[in-house]
Amino acid sequence: MGQPILQVRNLNVRFKTPDGEVHAVKNLDLDIGEGECLGVVGESGSGKSQLFLAIAGLLASNGRATGSVKFRGREILNLRQSQLNQLRGSKITMIFQDPLTSLTPHMTIGSQIVESLRVHQRVPYVEARRRTIEILELVRIPEAAKRMNQYPHQLSGGMRQRVMIAMATACGPDLLIADEPTTALDVTVQAQILDIMRDLKKEIKTAIVMVSHDMGVIAGMADNVQVMREGRIVEAGTVDQIFYAPRHGYTKALLDAMPRIDRPIRAGHVALAPPSTIGAEQRLLDVEDLRVHFPIKIESFPFRRTKLVRAVDGVSFSLREGETLGIVGETGCGKSTLARAVLNLLPRTCGVVVWCGRNLTGIADPAMRKLRKEFQIVFQDPLASLDPRMTVGESISEPLRSLRPELNAEEVRGEVRAIMEKVGLDPAWINRYPHEFSGGQNQRVGIARAMIVRPKLIVCDEAVSALDVSIQSQIVDLILALQSEFRMSLLFISHDLSVVRQVAHRVMVLYMGRVVELADRHTIYEDPRHPYTRELIAAVPLPDPRAERAKPRVALSGDLPSPLDSRAQLSFLKSKMIDDPDAEQYRPQLIEVAPGHFVAEHDPVRTVIGEQEPRRRAATSRG
Amino acid sequence: MTAYADERTELARRAPYIKGRSLWIDARRRLFRNKAAVAGMTILGTIAAIAVAVPFFWPYTYDAINYGLVNCAPDWWPDTSVMCNAGGWHIFGMDSVGRDLFVRVLYGARVSLAIGLVATLVSLLIGVSYGAIAGFVGGRLDEVMMRFVDVLYSLPYLFLVIILMVVFNRNFFLLFVAIGAVEWLTMSRIVRGQTLSIKQKEFIEAARAAGVGTGTTIRRHIVPNVLGPVVVYVTLTIPTVILAESFLSFLGLGIQEPLTSWGVLISEGAAQMESAPWMLIFPAGFMAVTLFCFNFIGDGLRDALDPKDR
Repeated sequence: MGQPILQVRNLNVRFKTPDGEVHAVKNLDLDIGEGECLGVVGESGSGKSQLFLAIAGLLASNGRATGSVKFRGREILNLRQSQLNQLRGSKITMIFQDPLTSLTPHMTIGSQIVESLRVHQRVPYVEARRRTIEILELVRIPEAAKRMNQYPHQLSGGMRQRVMIAMATACGPDLLIADEPTTALDVTVQAQILDIMRDLKKEIKTAIVMVSHDMGVIAGMADNVQVMREGRIVEAGTVDQIFYAPRHGYTKALLDAMPRIDRPIRAGHVALAPPSTIGAEQRLLDVEDLRVHFPIKIESFPFRRTKLVRAVDGVSFSLREGETLGIVGETGCGKSTLARAVLNLLPRTCGVVVWCGRNLTGIADPAMRKLRKEFQIVFQDPLASLDPRMTVGESISEPLRSLRPELNAEEVRGEVRAIMEKVGLDPAWINRYPHEFSGGQNQRVGIARAMIVRPKLIVCDEAVSALDVSIQSQIVDLILALQSEFRMSLLFISHDLSVVRQVAHRVMVLYMGRVVELADRHTIYEDPRHPYTRELIAAVPLPDPRAERAKPRVALSGDLPSPLDSRAQLSFLKSKMIDDPDAEQYRPQLIEVAPGHFVAEHDPVRTVIGEQEPRRRAATSRG
Repeated sequence: MTAYADERTELARRAPYIKGRSLWIDARRRLFRNKAAVAGMTILGTIAAIAVAVPFFWPYTYDAINYGLVNCAPDWWPDTSVMCNAGGWHIFGMDSVGRDLFVRVLYGARVSLAIGLVATLVSLLIGVSYGAIAGFVGGRLDEVMMRFVDVLYSLPYLFLVIILMVVFNRNFFLLFVAIGAVEWLTMSRIVRGQTLSIKQKEFIEAARAAGVGTGTTIRRHIVPNVLGPVVVYVTLTIPTVILAESFLSFLGLGIQEPLTSWGVLISEGAAQMESAPWMLIFPAGFMAVTLFCFNFIGDGLRDALDPKDR
């Protein structure tokens, strides 16, 4: 590949913290060639972000970098701010995970890009403006000239990330560092952003560093891959070498832990237990036409108006004993609201929830509190869901203390110890605090807290989404093992379709507060009927470079519509849409296309996703 | 940094039977590493210890008057133009009616520190429970409770205290309560704000899902978690209260003779500033040092409890 444009030798990054020194990057060597796309994979804490922050001279004030970083033969490590600024933003640019915090909120997006062009390339204003429009069009921002005058908060997450990419490529950089650029985005938006980046790679021949924890993203983008762990590179090679012939144990473990949408059954992992056949007719939970609407005040002249956000808008489903229902959807589709409304943690606007034959509507508080013993919830953020001032033992025992007050302190302790062992925690840790544990261990605490009252139903609200893949697969295994032992039912909420395929018997896809498709786990992945389900499945990146390369281009463009817009639910049934954001719209009804397979009404697929060759389905093989 | 967290859990695995380190223990360790805060605590502790212990075996009492030594300077006073030197153990000299200033400064310290602590405690109790309830219950109750605070805020608090003192006579205990009852307003606002942000955390929702009632949630989850910022504010309230008492005493509404406080002493000293400067310098010096100490401790606590903000 000739002379590398970036040469890192013996780089060390250390942080001084009040609790001692942290060695984040250890003796690291790295080369990036002209026009190469390098993928850097690692789990949280592997030092991958700090490595590139150090290279760009953006370390936090308590960090110190030593070693050598040469950019086109010139030493840039620990360069003075003023000299670095000539490089940064023009020759070396960065894209961060959160596009909202990396854009200046009080400047229009156009002026931010124009500014960077004028500073670095000294072009006149009119010229800079013209180029800005060009670049925004390059990253496929519709109506670029109009968007230029908008502020960052007026754009959606996906649009903002496009602006970031536009800004980063505006001055024709030699090196573009993308640090988890799609992690905060929904899968369909992620697929679009990755598509744009692939195009840019071809068009402007910039070297790209793609830092990610997601093997799927790396597989689709990178030419070469470096696997990082604990501040060191444990394995480096071409993308095919890493994915098809990994040599290092850690790489193998990482690939093995990665949930794959095309391989729901994995060797060496706990398999999903079949739902119990005894009492299969016994329905644990029946939800009928559940609606949760939130009134939102909108400032408009001369009067304030109230508009309804239909977070959940007429959802019906049932759940049998020992069964897992996966609820899938993108941000704002109402999946978490749905779960909370079912558990009576949020007031329902209307609809009926029947629990073991008992209607929960209008149930009195004390009676409800007694019933809480039977359903529990596991949250997304393991640390935030535990009280930092309480020991894990106290947290785990909390449901016992309020739901089974007849137990004495010794019995409670015994129960806590027993459940801790069950979820894979050493009972000796009972007096430890959440901050002394890792994310995975804290999530085990959360699961223990939910399990301790032996509930019949557990809601897992994105319970594994915040975890690293290796931890994620352990927690998934734990949940499956507990389910086959205690035979509880699960409502498994996730945006990650690959995980849902592993854990759920049936899958329900939500879009804008309504069910668009409901079927058993294999049918929905192998024979998705609704265009939205298809898009969702196709957008999931596979940790398989060949499959990724063979994948067709993304069809959906743009973002999810605003939930305030009553037309939103009819995105796939435009023929019945009344073109007024406030009008009372037709609601697509569910049609049973096969036994147990429900699909919402939609326009014929071709007119929805545009004329193009039939799409290859991402999930055709059963592992 | 998760690498760091892993390291810690690794340590945890190796020594599984030790008791967990709570956030409070962590904070205490950080606090004791802060030199300014440790110095502040040492000096403050020394002042408090002297104020409590020394008057018991000091040769003079705070109310014994020696007419022969009115306005006399301490022996070591460098300025030789003073009227007389007190001699004996009168190391801070005498006041304008012939009482030993040293022991009076110590009595002043007792009173001022006691008022600082008790009034702050009163404001802490009212403020924390009021703010936590308003913030956690929210809705209309929150509106009503906080508007009530706004109304109290808009009353000129000195007049309030003065009226209280006039109506109920100058009562030592009432002074504590009056100042405390005024200082809780800010405290309740701080606590309410903190409660609103903690209320959003998932562990509160987890508690609800676990069937924990409102009162228990406030006691078990909200209050312990707002205590961090509250403790910091407390260390900053104590000086305010001491100053408020001084001010009232300066106006003649505070402590009654022969009992004294730093405010009273400073007020008397200020009147004699030119002829007998020691009467101002010593109480004022003690008060300034004490306030400094509290501020350093408050600063140290803030850093210790919230290391991310540094």
